[in-house]
Amino acid sequence: MIPSNKPVLSLGSGLRWLFIAGVMAFLYLPIVVLVVNSFNESKYGHKWQGFSFKWYEKLWHNDALLEAFFNSLTVATLSATCATILGTLMALAVYRYRFRFRQSASALIFVVLMSPDIVLAITFLIVFMALGIQLGFWSLLIAHITFCLPFVVITVYSQLKGFDGNLLEAAQDLGAKESQVFRLVILPLLRPAIAASWLLSFTLSLDDVIISSFVTGPGFEILPIRVFSMVKVGVSPEVNVLATLLMLISLVVVIIVPLLLRRKT
Amino acid sequence: MKPRFELFRSTIILITLFWLGLFVLAPHVMVLITSVLSPDPNNLAVWPLNLNSYVNLWDSLYLNVFLDSLYLSLLATGICLLLGYPFAFILSRFSPLLRSILLFMMVVPFWTNSLIRTYAIKLLMGKKGLFNDVLLGVGIIDEPLQILYTEFAVIFGLVYILFPFMVLPLISSFDKLDRSLLEAARDLGANGWHRFWRIIVPLTSPGIIAGCLIVFLPAMGMFYVADLLGGAKNILLGNLIKNQFLVVRDWPFGSALSVSLIVLMALLLWFYFKANQYIQRKGGLDDDTLK
Amino acid sequence: MCNVTESKAFETGVTETETTVTQPDTVIQLSGVTKRYQAQEILSGFNLAVHDGEFFTILGPSGCGKTTVLRLIAGFEPFDEGSLMVAGQDVTLVPAERRPVNTVFQSYALFPHLSVFDNVAFGLKMAKVPKSEIQSRVDEALAMVQLQEFAARKPEQLSGGQKQRVAIARAVVNRPRVLLLDESLSALDYKLRLQMQIELKQLQRKLGITFIYVTHDQEEALSMSDRVLVMQDGRAQQVGTPRQIYESPANLFVARFIGEINVFDGVVQRELGDFQYQVLLSGRYTREVRTDRKYQEGDAVHVMLRPEDLRITSLHGEQKRVGFSGQVLERNYTGQTLDSLIQLDDGQQLKASEFFDEDDPDFDYRINEAVWVDWVHGWEHVIPKQP
Repeated sequence: MIPSNKPVLSLGSGLRWLFIAGVMAFLYLPIVVLVVNSFNESKYGHKWQGFSFKWYEKLWHNDALLEAFFNSLTVATLSATCATILGTLMALAVYRYRFRFRQSASALIFVVLMSPDIVLAITFLIVFMALGIQLGFWSLLIAHITFCLPFVVITVYSQLKGFDGNLLEAAQDLGAKESQVFRLVILPLLRPAIAASWLLSFTLSLDDVIISSFVTGPGFEILPIRVFSMVKVGVSPEVNVLATLLMLISLVVVIIVPLLLRRKT
Repeated sequence: MKPRFELFRSTIILITLFWLGLFVLAPHVMVLITSVLSPDPNNLAVWPLNLNSYVNLWDSLYLNVFLDSLYLSLLATGICLLLGYPFAFILSRFSPLLRSILLFMMVVPFWTNSLIRTYAIKLLMGKKGLFNDVLLGVGIIDEPLQILYTEFAVIFGLVYILFPFMVLPLISSFDKLDRSLLEAARDLGANGWHRFWRIIVPLTSPGIIAGCLIVFLPAMGMFYVADLLGGAKNILLGNLIKNQFLVVRDWPFGSALSVSLIVLMALLLWFYFKANQYIQRKGGLDDDTLK
Repeated sequence: MCNVTESKAFETGVTETETTVTQPDTVIQLSGVTKRYQAQEILSGFNLAVHDGEFFTILGPSGCGKTTVLRLIAGFEPFDEGSLMVAGQDVTLVPAERRPVNTVFQSYALFPHLSVFDNVAFGLKMAKVPKSEIQSRVDEALAMVQLQEFAARKPEQLSGGQKQRVAIARAVVNRPRVLLLDESLSALDYKLRLQMQIELKQLQRKLGITFIYVTHDQEEALSMSDRVLVMQDGRAQQVGTPRQIYESPANLFVARFIGEINVFDGVVQRELGDFQYQVLLSGRYTREVRTDRKYQEGDAVHVMLRPEDLRITSLHGEQKRVGFSGQVLERNYTGQTLDSLIQLDDGQQLKASEFFDEDDPDFDYRINEAVWVDWVHGWEHVIPKQP
């Protein structure tokens, strides 16, 4: 037998995998509970009482819950898109231009990044009250866009910083106007960062509870707020179904859509 | 010709300043102003200016809530770091593809919304929940434990929700770790233990500090975790603020509570930059983790 | 050509006297340029005139401001003071995208998301050149740099030399008045660099475009250029042909920056007429020197000699003893030459470089060997002493 350190290595990597698996189990345990219970005949998620599509059917007739679900998806999609556009432009402004308050602008982006959600939530609430913006769809959208912004700015900015600065000068040198430099050089090169930013914003928006519970009104309910109001009286099992669907739909959006787009280009 | 050349540039600068001014700077200033106004049940906050809200902060009732949530957040942050550091370390040694897949998997649960996930944890922790079932089944305990509505439950929930936020900055600082430094250390005779404590930990410390900051402050505001898993007993600062705004309607006091959180944030950030400067001076690191 | 530029100059409102000051063959005219970064002055009162169609090189150590000059001409930096005329038109305030100059970047700066063809076509598309013309002009440019079959590739699939060629094609396809090259060859390895030097020179002759080339490599500067500007600390030290720069450096900096040189301090003792003087060197040796300007008795001067101009004689031979005595400190065999370091009796060290003599295969020195150092009268270069 040739002495080898392979067994030691595989023990080490076995332990590593065990740790990773343990953490993943920790993260997915609640998800499994939700998905399993969405097919559970029982109304109370404690015991398995047989497979059933009952709750899927019930959800189909639960207009209020369905509306909250679609509202959530709408806000997440819109705010991710707007935050990505706005954040990309901001990153560009901070990276490329020297202007008055540039330092202040990046400091403010940093403040949003570091502020706890609860603080952001009340700042939004107060400013919407002061501006007379009614709590509802628009207030929710503005709040979601704003708290997603720093993540977009940081992602895009760090990719911009990785650029060869001469690329932009080369484009200018070859006669490109500022908007052409942006459209023909910067934007195509930023595609990975933009895609990552959108995904991150979409995720953060869907996940948010704290800010949403301060800035939505009775006229526009999204899923977490609806569920929160149910907690005291008992959450209906249709919520399990919605959670399952939300994850599936997001997976489809995130995995299938880019594949389709790639085939086109 | 010149105005056209400047149009694109001016537009995006204007949008940037407008949005940040209106939805970040102005709101923060308004919170500060609201905190020195007087409460009013109808108009939320009215003149005259006074410091009553800040005096109220020192009431032992509120002080205890503050200390309690400080303690819970610190504990949750510590556990996140203990779990997240090895997790990020192991991930950083995987191939880029495997790492992206695992990071992606970490993000997927977010799409179900953290409140709904917290609710699922609540189901797990009930008297008839999975945790008690398993413990009873294995025979460790004879009758169901009271897990729900304990400090443990709240900390569990905080760690669960905030774990990914600890991992992300850690991963990025492990990414910046130059492999050849570890090889150099090995070449100079450092064993695994020394390499870990003398090279890896100091060089990833910006990520450690950033991760802790990003977990610690939000943890104090997670009112829904305390609501669902802590019952009425363990109130976080977030619950207090939420009650002031949405139930008691004492906006000035709620704002004063938020200002105290902002002051704490400023102190921690100041510490963060000082620590970074210290690390840079000591180790010549180039850190962009949060800049 | 001259008429066109002059009439354009009239259109932009330049007065007649100014047009006559601007010589017809001057394509780039920088006047009184000052450029600061924060508090530091990179250029101060800098002037430069580049002739139409020449290969002009700006040479200097890193940090001397040469790249700043290039970036000012390209339009990437605003002027703090001074003005820039390109082909008789004031373009000081014209943005980079509308200046009739193009740049070849040190890092090439090829757009990674575009093919070679689209990289080269970029400038033509910006200028809204018709599609059919774009096709033919890009083909022509790629043919010129022998890269036709690489048109569909992405930059990442090219070698360093090929990227360099694409960068050049991308710039010249726009038919700029002036091509700016920023240390363009420095990223290539030695052999490829020599080859590209020749290609660049040929290309420039063929196109007839003015090239302004920035480099810190003096060999490159001397071998490619029609004229060279030597810069230091944001100031022009000397402008001239490579030969003038090498053989008649204007000051000590230029002399020492371009190649190796030996410098003696001297004092003029007597005028011998016809620009010849008797000079006391290092306070102890008396020599006759030939100069290119008038000196007074008692003037302090530097007398400079290139290593290859020195003649070394071994003492053991029965030759006549002339020049300065010293001993060999170091000898280096380089293949073509024998380089030696000689210490004179007063301690001054000289560098000498001699070609091998085929009649004398044993030609060599021993370390510590006593020698005489001399040079052919008139090969020395004399300048007034500098502080």
